This record gives sequence, structure tokens and C-alpha cells, in this order.
Amino acid sequence: MAKQVKQLDRVVIRFAGDSGDGMQLAGDQFTSETAIFGNDLSTLPNFPAEIRAPAGTLPGVSSFQLHFADHEITTPGDSPDVLVAMNPAALRANLPDLPVGRDIIVNTDEFSARNLAKVGYATNPLDGAELESWHVHKVPLTSMTVEALKHSGLGKKDAARAKNMFALGLLSWMYHRPTDGTLRFLEKKFAKLPQVAAANIAAFRAGWNYGETTESFAVSYEVKPASMRPGTYRNISGNLALSYGLIAASLRSGLPLFLGAYPITPASDILHELSKHKAFGVRTFQAEDEIAGIGAALGAAFGGSLAVTTTSGPGIALKSETIGLAVSLELPLLICDIQRGGPSTGLPTKTEQTDLLQAMFGRNGEAPVPIVAPQSPGDCFDAAIEAARIAVTYRTPVLLLSDGYLANGSEPWAIPDVDSLPELAPNFAVAAEEPFLPYDRDPETLARPWAIPGTAGLEHRIGGLEKADRTGDISYDPTNHELMVRIRQSKVDRIALSIPPLTVDDPSGAARVLVLGWGSTHGVIDAACHRVRRRGVPVAQVHLRHLNPFPSDLGDLLGSYDKVILPELNLGQLALVLRGRYLVDILSINQVNGMPFRAVDLEESLWDLVQGART
Amino acid sequence: MSIDLGIPALAGVPKADVAQRAKDFKTDQEVRWCPGCGDYVILAAVQGFLPELGLRRENVVFVSGIGCSSRFPYYMNTYGMHSIHGRAPAIASGLAASRPDLSVWVVTGDGDALSIGGNHLIHALRRNVNLKILLFNNRIYGLTKGQYSPTSEIGKITKSTPMGSLDFPFNPVSLALGAEATFVARTIDSDRAHLTSVLRAAAAHEGTALVEIYQNCNIFNDGAFELLKDAQTRDQWLISLEHGKPILFGADGSHCVVRDDGGDLVIAETSAVRPEDVVVHDAAAANPSHAFALSRLSGQDLRYTPVGVFRSVQRPTYDRLMADQVTQAQVTGCADFGTLLRGNDSWTVPNRSE
Repeated sequence: MAKQVKQLDRVVIRFAGDSGDGMQLAGDQFTSETAIFGNDLSTLPNFPAEIRAPAGTLPGVSSFQLHFADHEITTPGDSPDVLVAMNPAALRANLPDLPVGRDIIVNTDEFSARNLAKVGYATNPLDGAELESWHVHKVPLTSMTVEALKHSGLGKKDAARAKNMFALGLLSWMYHRPTDGTLRFLEKKFAKLPQVAAANIAAFRAGWNYGETTESFAVSYEVKPASMRPGTYRNISGNLALSYGLIAASLRSGLPLFLGAYPITPASDILHELSKHKAFGVRTFQAEDEIAGIGAALGAAFGGSLAVTTTSGPGIALKSETIGLAVSLELPLLICDIQRGGPSTGLPTKTEQTDLLQAMFGRNGEAPVPIVAPQSPGDCFDAAIEAARIAVTYRTPVLLLSDGYLANGSEPWAIPDVDSLPELAPNFAVAAEEPFLPYDRDPETLARPWAIPGTAGLEHRIGGLEKADRTGDISYDPTNHELMVRIRQSKVDRIALSIPPLTVDDPSGAARVLVLGWGSTHGVIDAACHRVRRRGVPVAQVHLRHLNPFPSDLGDLLGSYDKVILPELNLGQLALVLRGRYLVDILSINQVNGMPFRAVDLEESLWDLVQGART
Repeated sequence: MSIDLGIPALAGVPKADVAQRAKDFKTDQEVRWCPGCGDYVILAAVQGFLPELGLRRENVVFVSGIGCSSRFPYYMNTYGMHSIHGRAPAIASGLAASRPDLSVWVVTGDGDALSIGGNHLIHALRRNVNLKILLFNNRIYGLTKGQYSPTSEIGKITKSTPMGSLDFPFNPVSLALGAEATFVARTIDSDRAHLTSVLRAAAAHEGTALVEIYQNCNIFNDGAFELLKDAQTRDQWLISLEHGKPILFGADGSHCVVRDDGGDLVIAETSAVRPEDVVVHDAAAANPSHAFALSRLSGQDLRYTPVGVFRSVQRPTYDRLMADQVTQAQVTGCADFGTLLRGNDSWTVPNRSE
């Protein structure tokens, strides 16, 4: 009997299970299949900070949400259409996010009395009427996986571990995903364990075949490829794109890349990635602590490397003194802050935009540091190159503010032509007849010479004590100090001259309300603005990539609207700065729950404020 | 004149074309240590010794932290960085690991290296980056005007410890050996010949070298090492270590170091022991126990203070291993950036006209 095939324009799937169930892997693989198929997509991994929280408990639930469509999308979706729940904890933790009428695929094997009790289910929700508002597909995923692998030579326990691949196979059937990539992936991942590779592939196929034959799945779905601009694409996460952007900046500047870092969630993947690319001359130095990570990077910068340190908020706190030294030394240095929930250790695996003020002001003295924030996973590539451009051109530390959502989320990314990437010129100082002045200035950029050891005739000493203008000698002179403070500020301010004008997205040209954003909220603000416009009110959208200095036209732009609305994943940090800087009122929309905005929530908040603007 | 010493540790550092003199390494900056400070002697010794190495000045870098000693780079006509408190070993590690053509020196003090920067020091030592660390130990905080330091003797009366300090001090040589440093030495500011010989040995060492230099702070801790300098006591208190030689000291070798029945090193009168029982110093011993035992001979009052090279062993340096990995990756790996960007799962959306 041929099964019915339904056409959909978009789907949101959430895989949820125990931390050890391999949900991130299943989600990643489904994402790869979807990317290759040509849908537009956006992902939201969500997992606990514990590596293995007690099995079967609510704190141990790990999930992966994927939104894919036949048209351009900008968010990982507000609520799932399909929830895959591998155990009672996954069901209990995720059911509140699932609108009624949607599908639940549930692994019945894990609904034992013990597992139910662990999460406070007095009775089995699969037996009663509790779930009658949803379409529940009861699938004994574990036992069918074990059955499918009974001749694999693996014991029951090991065979059961392939149940995530069974689930992936089933979902791949449901949504007509291409499977070659997954099969190749499994062969490669378990190349040294052919028995395990074969078992995972068998489980994947069993899941696919189960979908095709069982009556509990009567319908499968097609989501046509999205129409995308011509080009070569791949799926990419923010941390991967950031890593590649750093290598690109190294290649385009001719400066060897040096990373000094201490492992910290959610930044460690950049260290892992860059450590693989020594063939591009990359040196990675896993330091004894955050301070040594940036210290080693600063030492390498003094020696003429493109120097980088990667961390998250707690690490920035520890690095602050060295960032101040880099401000004083005026050496190029990239500091990547992959923001997470705070304060203190906070929420290591969750996302926030709460380090903006720390990035902008978190140092002693007047210590201005340029700030660049990427707006999507793929944009982390370009933002890294832009941060390197500013650092190298202006001889300054630069903060790159990504976050946990960008770091782990992914999207299709148009692969750039390497030769078309901007070239960065280090312009090292070379020996001249005159005495060398390490704090002389380029009249345009105010950048000082970058004279690296090994250059004869330019031997000089620099340090954290205040320096005399031009000579760089130690100076305690009051007039000189004020001059140097103002020069350092002025140098950072002048970066604005190299920033392109802001792009205003206002399809009607009639908007009186501006919705402003920065960093990772771009996609969801974009989606919410679309919805508000569809409801009949024109709104303009502007997104900031440069947070210090601000683009030269920002002040005039803010002043040209009746209302400015600023959604941020903090308590109003950018709003505070903009009010002070431009004397404009800002209407804030704030969320600090460790998760990205949902488009539906943001739409409602915007709508309320926009309506307020009209009355 | 410049002599090529054939030192493997400096093989990658370009040599000067012409002979150098001490004054080539002096800057025009006014030296601002207190008159009579031991730092002057060390500065003169370093400036006097560097021409021996014959390295290009532009390939020599001095990195320091914070404290009196850390002003040192301003007075050296090489590249230099006066950084922040305690972090010089980390900064220098990044510089040396990324630039094998440089001779990188760290100048630090007992507060800078052992208090605020203790973590960086032990990790630099275990990592064995090609660095030479000169630790000026005056057993006091000078630049903050006289608080006790992590090497001050217990019970020290200072501005911050009017009833005496409570914390037990570090022995920097013991600490470095505990961190399995490959080169550990001690010398004294007042003995320029000995200081220079130790600097020479440190420069020749491939890897991290720690040189503890007892340095007199004549303002806040004057005479801290007087018993090791005074002609009346010096010979009885100071043990000069020489690799391969029996450890004898005192007037005409009146005293020596022997093993007691428990295997510990102890002081004995030479006339009372058999010559073959006198311990022979072996700085090249793979096991650091011998060097460590020697470092434990000295008490808080500095009685029986060994000076010289405690340990000098070969272990691959971090910077060389790192450079080797880069070279190996470049030989065996794919370095096409376009290929990397495309990855394994790219797809192409064709032009509609095609």
C-alpha cells in the first residue's frame, strides 16, 4: 500500500533524550541531511552543563531543535511540530513547548515504573488520557533496535546505544531525507570499529524501514528545497565559522595565527578546531589559565602573530588586566567572548547577551576596546575577519562578542571565494634613518608602528606604565597622560570612519518605528518584524555589528524615528549606552532566561510597543 | 670579540656581524633603582655577559612583570616588554613559542614570580619553553614599600606583619625542581664572576632555565644575605656546586656533604668521613631527587646555601615540539583553504540560466 505524502512548507523537529542518548548527534546528522537536500534551516541545540547528569532525570535532558523550510528562515522555530522523546524525562521536560495537535514520537521501552517515578509521573502518561490532545506514535525504539542488531555480535547494552540512529532513520523516512551522507558519516566515525559502524547503519536502516512498513506512520512529508541564491553552500555552526574566519584573516594578512586559550564552555570548540589546522601554520597554546591564555597571545602579538584568545564571560573577567595592557601597548589582539548565562559560573551551556557592558567598560582606567558582534552562525566568519581588520589596522585589542546560540546553532552558509576575501596589510615598521619612535602615529588612523623583534634598529621597550607621546618613554607628566588618554580614545573613535553606513530594512519606507538589535538576535528580530508588518504596521529594522565605536550615522538614524525599540537578551545594556550617548529614549524588550527569543513572543512584545506608539 | 659558542639553545637565533660590547646593551634611560640596590650589579653583569653570546640585539627580548626588578627591560637596548604583575612567563611563553629565532629572557622577583605569578612560573617550568628566567630574590616587597614576601623567613616583622609573618616561605629552587624544571641554578648579586658563569650555563641550556639570584634590597631588607657575603661567615655557609666534583666547602674544604643512614644529604666534617663517602654533584641526573635534596640543605637563616647549577638536563622544548608539529602538518596535511571551507557536505545551487 502506497503511503500518503503531504507537502509542507516548513517543519520544526525536536529530538529530546537523556544526555547519553546521542540526541545532539542525531540532530546534527538530520541537519546535514537537510542541508544537503537544500532546505533553508536553523538549529538550536540545548543541553545541560553536566556531561552525564543522573540518567533519566529532568536535569539530564538534552535536546536539539531544527527548523527547516522551502523558503528563507531566520530562527530555529518557536515550537516543535514533532517531538521525539526518548524517555519520560524528555517528554515531561519538553511537552510544555509542544502545541496541541502536534506529533510525539515516544520510545515506549523507557517508560518503566522506575523511569516514570524519577520524573514524578504517578501513572504512565502513555496509558491514560493525558496525551490525547497530541498525535502520539508509540514506538518501542530500544527493543526494535536491539532486535535489529541481534546478529551484529554486539551485546544488548551496546546494541541499545544505537537507538538514536533508529530514531534518525525513522525521521529521515518521514521527511524524505537523503541518507548517503549519514551512511558515509557513520562509516567514517567508526572506521576503527567496523562492527559498531555496521550496527549503527543497520539501526538507521531499521528505523527507515519501520517507517515505511508500520501502520502507525500513515503519512510522510515533503519539504521542497528552498530557493537560494546561486552558489556553493554548506551547513556551518558559529564556532566553526569563527574558527575559519580566523584562519582566513591569517592567510589574508600573511600573519601566522596564534591562539592562547583555556578551555571554557561554549568557546572550547574553537580551540579544538584551530588545533586541527597546523597545516595553515596555526599554533594553539592551551594555557594553564585564562590569564596565561591571553598573556601568551599578547606575547605572540608582540612577536608579529595574528594573536587570538577565546573564552566566555568568566574568562573575560580574568583577562581584563591583560586586555588593559594590550590597550596600553597598542598591539593587535583578538579576544573572542562566546557569551553564556551569568553572573559567575551562571549557565554555561545557555545563551545571553549580558557581557556587552563588561566588554565595553570592564577595565580599570580609560581603556576603550572596539567591539564587533556577529549576527548569525555563518556571519561569525565575516565578523572574525572584520575584527582582525580593525585589530591589525588600528593596533588595538578587539572584542568579538558571539554567544552560545551562535556558537552551537547552525545554518546553510554560502561558501566565499577565498580570493575575494579582504586583504589585511600588517605594515610592520621597517628601519629608517631617524631615531625610532614607537608611539609615533599614522595621521589618519592614529595607529602606532608595529615593530616586531628581529627588526634591526627598532629595538624598543614598551609596557603598562604611561608612555610619553611619540617616544614611548615612561612618563608621569599630567599633560602627557591626558593627551595619551585622549589619543587612545580618539584612535578607537576613528574606526567609525572605516565602517559602512547602516542598512535600514524598511520595505514600505513609511516606518515611524525603528527596531534595533545587535548580535545573535538578528534572525528572530527579522522574523518578528516581518510578522508585525504583515499585521499592517510598517517597522524599520537596523542591526548593529559594530558596538564600539558605533557607526557614524547611528545617532541621526535613532533621532529620525518616533520610537526606537531594542530587544536584548539582557536587562537593557545597549539601551543604557545609547541613551547616554545619543540622548534618545529607547523602549527595551528584555529576556534573560538563557534561551534565544521566540519569534512569537517577540512579535507580541513588538506589537504592544508599536501599538503604544500609535496611540 | 664575538665567539660562536656553538650553543644548541641559541642555534636558531641570528648572530651579530660585529663584535659587541656591554655598552651596546645599555639604553639612554636613567636607571631609577635606589642607590646601592643589588639590581645595578645584576644589570651590569647581564650587559657585560650578553656580548659573549654574540646574538643580534634585535633578536633578544627581555620580558618582565611588576616590581623593582621588572624595570630591568627599560635599561636593556634590546626589544622589551614591562608587562603586568606575575604574567611575564605566560607572555614570554607565547612569544618564544611563536618565534624560535628569538632569545627570550624573563626578569622577575620573589613577589612577582612566586606570589601573584606562581601559577605561570610552575607551568612555564614544566612546559620547558626556551626561556631564561632570572628571579631576583630579595625576600621582601620593595616597590610597595616593605611588606613580607613569599620567600621572607617566618616571623618576619614588616609593615604588614608587625607581630611577625605567619606563612612558611617558598624555597624557589625546591619549588622549581618540584615543577621538574630542566635547569635550576642559584647565584648571588655580589659575586659577579659566579653570576656570570651561571648566566652562561643558563643561556646554553635548551629549555626553561630558572636562575635564582639573591639580591640585596638595601632599603627594606638590607643585609638579608650578608652572612653569605661576609668574609667571616661566607666560607662556612656557602656551598659552591660544581658538576662532577665532590661537594666540599669551608676553609680548605673543611666540610662536605654526605648521605646519612636514611639516605638524606647532611653536612659533615671532611676529616671525619671517608673521601669516597663525599657526595659528588651530578647536575645531569635524570631524577631530580639529588638536586632537591641539595636544595633542602639550607634553612631559613640561609645556613648552608648551595649555589651554582643544581640541575641541568635535556628534555625536548615546547617551542621546538610545537614547530615540529606545524612542519609535520604542513608536510602531511592538506593546506588548501578552499577545500577546508567546502568541507565534506557542500552543495551547489546553480544559476537559473544554466
